[in-house]
Amino acid sequence: MRWIADGFLLLGAVFSFLGALGLLRMPDVYNRIQAGTKAVTLGAFCFLLGVGLLYPAWWAKLLCIAGFILLTNPIGSSTIARALYLAGVRPWQVEDRKMDLEKEHA
Amino acid sequence: MEEPAIGRKARLGQALLAFGLSVLLWLLLAGSWNWEEGLAAGIAGGLVVLVSGQKLRILGGIRFSPSAPLHLLRYLGAFGLALVRANLDMARRVLSPALPLNPAVVAVQTRLQSPLGRLLLANSITLTPGTLTVDVQGDRFLIHWVDCTPGKDLAAATQAIVRTLEEPLLGFLK
Repeated sequence: MRWIADGFLLLGAVFSFLGALGLLRMPDVYNRIQAGTKAVTLGAFCFLLGVGLLYPAWWAKLLCIAGFILLTNPIGSSTIARALYLAGVRPWQVEDRKMDLEKEHA
Repeated sequence: MEEPAIGRKARLGQALLAFGLSVLLWLLLAGSWNWEEGLAAGIAGGLVVLVSGQKLRILGGIRFSPSAPLHLLRYLGAFGLALVRANLDMARRVLSPALPLNPAVVAVQTRLQSPLGRLLLANSITLTPGTLTVDVQGDRFLIHWVDCTPGKDLAAATQAIVRTLEEPLLGFLK
């Protein structure tokens, strides 16, 4: 049991790390939101599952936390994306990659 | 969003549902089941219903039927699968040195009528591989794609994704 729980905790850490890496690597805000939302949601679930296996008495609270994360996380992301879209932020296109590279080398 | 006036019975049902959910949430968070805790949960649930008032109308989107719990399970299954696939997909993209991206914004239509149904669908799309709900305008969703392969029929692909999540949702939401 201990090993399975540790495995889930590690998995949660890996997904959260990938989310952070995605924030750094993605070229524009929409893609960053995508990387951030998905990775952090599953990462948090893995954490909660791991904690639940370590402390089975907490399952009810962990379930509530999971529910709140599941409901609020995507809403927050969509709201940010919507605000940016309405503010006129253009999604990054593949053609922009050349410009990015030129900027980097300038 | 303006909705037509609803009957007394429907309002009572929504209030009871909200009350039940609040009490359940309170008891889950408290983690003990004695009668004092039950009383506190009842008071808290009553307060929630009183304070929410007209906002409880969002619960009107729920469709009560014998098969509804089954559809809820189907939705959770489809959604869990999509969430895991979304993460593997994102991990592959983030870790690959070339950063394979080809973003696009696409509009799709939904058959869900209620605000609650649209909310859940928009949420699910955000957590599905490679898609992000940017805006909801009536029954049209604006969706941002991380990677649209050139030459692929993007509108059809998006519609397909929406359908797989919309189908089980239609089972228990309007």
